[in-house]
Amino acid sequence: MNLAVNFPALLVTVPLIFVPVIPLLGLINRKICWYAAVLAITASFAMIMTILAKVSTEGPISYHLGNWAPPIGIEYRIDMLNAFVLAVISFISLVSLLFGKELVEKEVPEYKHPAFYSVFILFVVGMTGMTVTGDLFNVYVFLEITSLSGYALIATSKKRYAPMASFNYLVIGTLAATFIVLGIGYLYMVTGTLNMADLAERIKPLNGSSVVLTAYALILMGILIKMAVFPLHLWLPDAYTYSPSAVSAAMAATSTKVGAYVLIRLMFSVFDIEYHVGSVPITGIIIFFASLSIVMGSVIAIAQTNIKKMLAYSSVGQIGYILLAAAMVNAEALTGGVMHIFSHALMKGGLFFVVGLIVYNIGSERISDFAGIGRRMPFTAAAFTIFSLSIIGIPLTVGFVSKWYLVLGAISSGHWYAIGVILLSSLLTAIYFGKVIFVMYFKGGHDDHGHAPAAKLSEPMGMVIPMAFVAFLCIYFGIFATFPVELAAKAAEAVLGGVTWK
Amino acid sequence: MIDFIAAKYNYLICVCLMMIGFYAVIAKQNLMKKIIGLSIFQTSVFLFYISMAKVTDGTAPIVWEGAVRYDNPLPHVLILTAIVVSVSTTAVAIALMINIYKAYGTIEDSKIREIEAGESGGSVSR
Repeated sequence: MNLAVNFPALLVTVPLIFVPVIPLLGLINRKICWYAAVLAITASFAMIMTILAKVSTEGPISYHLGNWAPPIGIEYRIDMLNAFVLAVISFISLVSLLFGKELVEKEVPEYKHPAFYSVFILFVVGMTGMTVTGDLFNVYVFLEITSLSGYALIATSKKRYAPMASFNYLVIGTLAATFIVLGIGYLYMVTGTLNMADLAERIKPLNGSSVVLTAYALILMGILIKMAVFPLHLWLPDAYTYSPSAVSAAMAATSTKVGAYVLIRLMFSVFDIEYHVGSVPITGIIIFFASLSIVMGSVIAIAQTNIKKMLAYSSVGQIGYILLAAAMVNAEALTGGVMHIFSHALMKGGLFFVVGLIVYNIGSERISDFAGIGRRMPFTAAAFTIFSLSIIGIPLTVGFVSKWYLVLGAISSGHWYAIGVILLSSLLTAIYFGKVIFVMYFKGGHDDHGHAPAAKLSEPMGMVIPMAFVAFLCIYFGIFATFPVELAAKAAEAVLGGVTWK
Repeated sequence: MIDFIAAKYNYLICVCLMMIGFYAVIAKQNLMKKIIGLSIFQTSVFLFYISMAKVTDGTAPIVWEGAVRYDNPLPHVLILTAIVVSVSTTAVAIALMINIYKAYGTIEDSKIREIEAGESGGSVSR
């Protein structure tokens, strides 16, 4: 019996076993919980990297749970797109766990730590499960696992408004998930299957059926709420602002990306491509809302005085890029979109951590209170600057690479106004990040009369090293972009070419 | 019209229930009422699944002599899972509500907003 064959199932179940174990360990010693959590995520990450290597050389893996052949049994199906998204989720979760240790100790009451790490693992398990599965109902179940653990994580914060932010997210998130499950019900009614690959076959003769279109609309609505695309984003700013920084980092970097993955998977692998270019202008509608999200997210971000809210609205804008890439339906744009899943996860995760550290030290989330941080916390401010430049899309950073492919895709598919939107948004992004960088480096902390600048603030080594590492990756993959871009291009090819899923 | 209602009444009931739940979630200020609305909203979808599993002349999907046809058991199983999810959602929501009550002393959405706006000088944007 070869263990490696069972990795697709084990990468979900092994961390899942740790979920009840961690609170039990917490009864013995609260300090072990963090190590156990790191062990769980590391195990999952190692398995995912093995699978990624295998998929990129040998092609997609289909794993039948309990040896029941699909479409009757549940299938875990991994092609390049899944594998790539899995690697991103797992890597970012691992980094946030390593990075977040000190922040969690500061922001979450100590008696909650065992529960916190346990729920954090559950959150990651939900996301990996959503990504790895080839069964539509499984997507719903894992989506709810992710969401429920997400609500709990937000509410662990000491801030007074946190449970209310979490409650609002719960109400909106549950509505979204119920829309998705209703849409799945419609699809099951007309096709009698829940397996994605099987569904794709059976949906083809139903082209133009109003039931399928309704199902598509319901599922799309649910996913767009989960992705926080502009008019449906209201839960996101509060959820990110009032949660502990480690949680906002992990959520901003991963959970909306998984929504984007599910959307790409459904658009290209389940629903026939003709739905997007046929009589109903679905792609046109998605492109409209993606553009609206990109512009409005950036415009509202400029007006924010709270740094975490600014980053949250920036996320609303950035998720629009991935949506835009998916809706343009061509290889280059989709490469850019998949690449943006990776680069935005790095940049936004990094930004939330940096901000978490600064906020902890100065005790304020107002941008105007960041004056002099450039001198008082030099490493942190430098990392913030690198991440910001990357989000703006300055060349030699990873953010530039994904935007470059997006623009190429927009040119080759003739969406000229999309290029305008991308450029306009880069400008707006430069304004709101420029404002923060200006305050950090050029305001306060120094004067012309040689007075000593304010004392330096602590930057624990345990946080500087992961921060520097992520910032280094941001630049490294910006210069030597071949490796992630090749993976992203293979992923785009896998879903567009119909090689693996049809 | 009557024929349509007679043939599809189960789905119409689902839609009515769904809208009742949706209305409660949107319009009610009391958080407990929102949770109740959310439960009704979810339950309507469960009913939708259960009613589509019914096959004409079908009986319960248990092997017994004299059975002509069986109902489709798969939606039943799916909904068992979904009910578990729904119960967990309600549990988490109520737990959050208790914490909200501890923090603010009220579970009226508008009052919480007033308190929050009063404390932070109106900086809680919405």
